[in-house]
Amino acid sequence: MEALQARRSGLVPCAFEDVDLETYIAKVGMLDSFRVRADLSAFDCRNNRLAQLCLEQDGFVEATEAARKKYGAARIGVFMGTSTSGILQTELAYRHLDPQTGALPPDFHYAETQNSYSLAGFVSHYLGLTGPSFVVSSACSSSAKVFANALRMMEAGVCDAAVIGGVDSLCLSTLYGFNSLGLVSRFPCRPYDAERDGISVGEGGGFVLIERATEAKAADPMFLLGVGESSDAYHMSTPHPEGLGAILAMQRALDAAGLQADDIDYINLHGTATKSNDASEGKAVAEVFGDKVPCSSTKGWTGHLLGAAGITEAIIAMLAVEHGFIPGSVNTQQLDSAIAIDYRIENGAGKIRRVLSNSFGFGGSNCSLVLGRKA
Amino acid sequence: MMRLYVEGIGLLGPGLDGWSASRAVLAGEAAYVAAPTNLRASDMLPAAERRRAGVPIKLALTVGQEAFLQAGRETKSASTVFTSSGGDNDNVHAINGILATAPREVSPTRFHNSVHNAAAGYWCIAAGSHEPSTSLCAYDASFVAGLLESATQVVVDDAVVALVAYDHSYPEPLHSVRPITTSFGAALILTKQQSAKSLAAIEVEFRSGKAPETTMKDEALEDLRKGVPAARVLPLLAALAAAKTTQISIDYLEGNHLDIRVTPC
Repeated sequence: MEALQARRSGLVPCAFEDVDLETYIAKVGMLDSFRVRADLSAFDCRNNRLAQLCLEQDGFVEATEAARKKYGAARIGVFMGTSTSGILQTELAYRHLDPQTGALPPDFHYAETQNSYSLAGFVSHYLGLTGPSFVVSSACSSSAKVFANALRMMEAGVCDAAVIGGVDSLCLSTLYGFNSLGLVSRFPCRPYDAERDGISVGEGGGFVLIERATEAKAADPMFLLGVGESSDAYHMSTPHPEGLGAILAMQRALDAAGLQADDIDYINLHGTATKSNDASEGKAVAEVFGDKVPCSSTKGWTGHLLGAAGITEAIIAMLAVEHGFIPGSVNTQQLDSAIAIDYRIENGAGKIRRVLSNSFGFGGSNCSLVLGRKA
Repeated sequence: MMRLYVEGIGLLGPGLDGWSASRAVLAGEAAYVAAPTNLRASDMLPAAERRRAGVPIKLALTVGQEAFLQAGRETKSASTVFTSSGGDNDNVHAINGILATAPREVSPTRFHNSVHNAAAGYWCIAAGSHEPSTSLCAYDASFVAGLLESATQVVVDDAVVALVAYDHSYPEPLHSVRPITTSFGAALILTKQQSAKSLAAIEVEFRSGKAPETTMKDEALEDLRKGVPAARVLPLLAALAAAKTTQISIDYLEGNHLDIRVTPC
């Protein structure tokens, strides 16, 4: 929250492993020396280190422990989003193959690091939860979609509460991969700027403990009001130019929440700062909301957290509600005049009751969340 | 307990070339004859995408298409749940090799095919589907995780869901640390309401704790079930093929399992 208010961006010139790209990244510095809990050492990799670091923030372990006592370990689901899981471990292991046999190093743990499920397995073990668990890996919408999974699982009676979230950590696959598509900026990313020229890759994570609305005890509790999911059916790595899938996702989220466009007080955009994403999303937001709802992308602070973008931006959106705070957009200088929405560069304040958060991914996978207070 | 109906089935595995051709084998009425998985690129894809399709996309589109044909539904009309332990394992191996040596030139196609939801992305393009689609992984329990998620979508959202499970082998050196024996895919069209096309009702329940897992009677099919995560679907397919009321159990992770009761329509 303080970093948001002080407009302190996490983007720095890229110094990660031996990556030779001229770009900016958001890197969690302490991960290099950090280790996961000793009894879970098979899971030790950059992604699970970051997961543990996130779990240890803000009294989350204590809150989960209380839920475990209330519901029982088997009644709490664990639904996680990640795009690349612990693939860095494999990338590094391929540099140290046995010269005779070509085998991976003996201390390489496939299931606990590279496999996509690794994150949900680690979180389940770390928190001592034994309910249903899986990983959603739908690129950059992954950890937004887990809100829908938790909602359905509770509604169907499969579990009573869920730990949802997502973690993605820096690796060579994404840095060189996005670079090959010409989508990586040489500068700190500038969402919705007329001169925007690509993303800054970041690493991060977040977790949310969610239970049925009927269990809410706080005076003015935070609700997941609606989720909308859709598919572009257009292209693997380029969004639909008219924002067709984005429109569907936002409209379905509003319908699920039983709300109208003017019930939304702030939109946290996907806003990756690529030419195509911001143009397509901007058109979609203008179509559904017009130019009356304050919008911004917070990726100038965080970089693009990929599979963790959904959860971290949902958390930022909930902070906006809690603090009556409208995040602006760091690094954005000159707005793109072709995009007709109320995009905010400067931070602001106001009464924020309900927010919408967008997450869109490769493969045309879209998810919009509506979070906030009940009327 | 969640109750849903199976309206269509797709299958592609070694010696199992389509549901229709494999039903008698799975019911124990005909002998299983092993043969390499008959992988082919689906004609649903435009030519350019067909050339870029790796094994998972071939598996997923072939079984998905067969299941929709049987159900008599349009491909664009259903939500989709894709589930796989690995994704495109050949591509992951190739990218790791490229990144381990200079110059690190990962092609755009290699990169966008490396996302776990590549098969889902290609499917939605080929099927013209704007419906919700998700892509899951739960290691060896990826199939039952997909079934559980699909069941909640059917029951809670009243969605028609196409569940598509697929897995294939890694090349070495990853094969040694994650031995998946062959290429295998299966698809189920699941609905909340019974229709003229419904083949069976299935009742699905997530249970904590261990239970004896249902195995395959035929030794080679049992090896297949154990050898490929997606092939954990085989006991369910055998129950559907037998067309009689059957109770089965499939292991989940963290010491849990799914109880499934199959009742023919």
